[in-house]
Amino acid sequence: MADLAAAWYNLKFFDELAGRNSVIHRIHPVSKLLTTLAYVVCVVSFGKYEVLPLLPLILYPVVLIILADLPPGELFKRLLPAAPFALAVGIFNPVFDRTPLLDCGGFILTGGWLSFASIMFRFILTVLAALILIATSGINEVGLALLQLKLPRVFVTQLLLLYRYLNILIEETARTVRAYTLRSPREKGVRFQAWGSLAGQLLLRTMDRAGRIYQAMRCRGFNGEIRLYHNRPLRLADCLYFGCWSLFFGIVRYFDLPGWLGRVLMGVGR
Amino acid sequence: MSHHLVEVKDLEYVYPDGHRALEGVSFRITHGEAVGIVGANGAGKSTLLLHLIGALFPKVGSVRVGDLPVVKETLPQIRRSVGMVFQDPDDQLFMPTVGEDVAFGPLNQGLPRLEVEQRVVQALETVGALHLKDRPPYRLSGGEKRTIAIATVLAMAPDILVMDEPSAALDPASRRKLVTLLAGFKHTKIIASHDLDLILDLCERTIVLSKGRILADGPTLEIFSDEDLLKWSNLEKPFRMQGCPVCGQKL
Repeated sequence: MADLAAAWYNLKFFDELAGRNSVIHRIHPVSKLLTTLAYVVCVVSFGKYEVLPLLPLILYPVVLIILADLPPGELFKRLLPAAPFALAVGIFNPVFDRTPLLDCGGFILTGGWLSFASIMFRFILTVLAALILIATSGINEVGLALLQLKLPRVFVTQLLLLYRYLNILIEETARTVRAYTLRSPREKGVRFQAWGSLAGQLLLRTMDRAGRIYQAMRCRGFNGEIRLYHNRPLRLADCLYFGCWSLFFGIVRYFDLPGWLGRVLMGVGR
Repeated sequence: MSHHLVEVKDLEYVYPDGHRALEGVSFRITHGEAVGIVGANGAGKSTLLLHLIGALFPKVGSVRVGDLPVVKETLPQIRRSVGMVFQDPDDQLFMPTVGEDVAFGPLNQGLPRLEVEQRVVQALETVGALHLKDRPPYRLSGGEKRTIAIATVLAMAPDILVMDEPSAALDPASRRKLVTLLAGFKHTKIIASHDLDLILDLCERTIVLSKGRILADGPTLEIFSDEDLLKWSNLEKPFRMQGCPVCGQKL
């Protein structure tokens, strides 16, 4: 029950964050979406052993979290559900790739460990960027941005409706499981034998509820096309936002900033 | 002919499982009338309302709103003319903020952005909920949700308001606010409810449904005074018309 409540809270949490009014929230969603895409492409384009050159890219989420006044702890917590996928991708690297790359006073750092660290680091940066995008725009504005970028309307409508269905599914699951738990106080969780009927009930109930919501939408003129309220034009500041961040990502990608900084500091030290 | 007119003729509806929900239902509601639809559970009230907005179509008979028959081809015009407030406001509020929810209908009507904004502010002001504009709907109380659900419909400037159990699950104060709000509307109103006191407050005419048929159609006070009719339809007099609960004295 607590897990379901937490899942529901997670969805609403992003809606609430998106409803704030910061300098980042006011940036046009198209600009934010394109910047996020540029960031993700930049992060994943680094080689598998490149960890240090990625470091300056931390600046992007940090700046956004500060300017948009987002709770960093809460965002990091929401990274965790996706972490097993990244772990599964990289966990065997240290086993298979034993190429020694660095000798740190007797400790041999192998290529496997470095590439594993690189995967996990890139996972944190990219997923965090996506979470920040949703937290500063909301799913509707992201949908609007996708439409303005000429993605098929059917795809965007599906995405937005799926998001709403997710809400319904979680709410109905919480109700069903609550009803089950109240009448089986000695059980921990839902008994295996009841899974089938519970899932069936859930499907029927969510379909019923979704049907009623769809009916209410139809009554208010919905014809398969979602029209959004916040449809503002792209301003110079939005273009500058995208331009400046893209320039920064380009510099980080093609110039080894940490290496350069290290060389400068070493030179000063000598 | 007025857009506010609702005419139902020999309406019959059978659900796919064979359940006959409506049979031989006929009535005519004219401009500015407020009509209560009452009846026991399963009497066919909600099914009837769904026919008025074209969510269901009759097997036999016809439904007309203004000049138009309620058929698939006329649905956009019908839904512009008839605003439906559903029983559960959670079914009606699905956007991230109240403002966006109220704007949903006008946006679908293809109105320009400025007009949409005016409609949103106007509708929220009418129901006294402009301060809730930027709040997420799921954070509102039951009474506030109901009020916003009404605002979402008002923003589409309908001629006819159709409401299914508008006072369900409201606390007494919220219910009283709702009654005062609805009493101020000049729309043609069709209200299905078990709350007979609300019907008594708002509707000068009442239609009694029982097992899918119209048992009575007439002035509300007259219908609610007919004890045999009420008993036959599984209803009771509104509390205001019953005796004093302490001394038992008849009013």
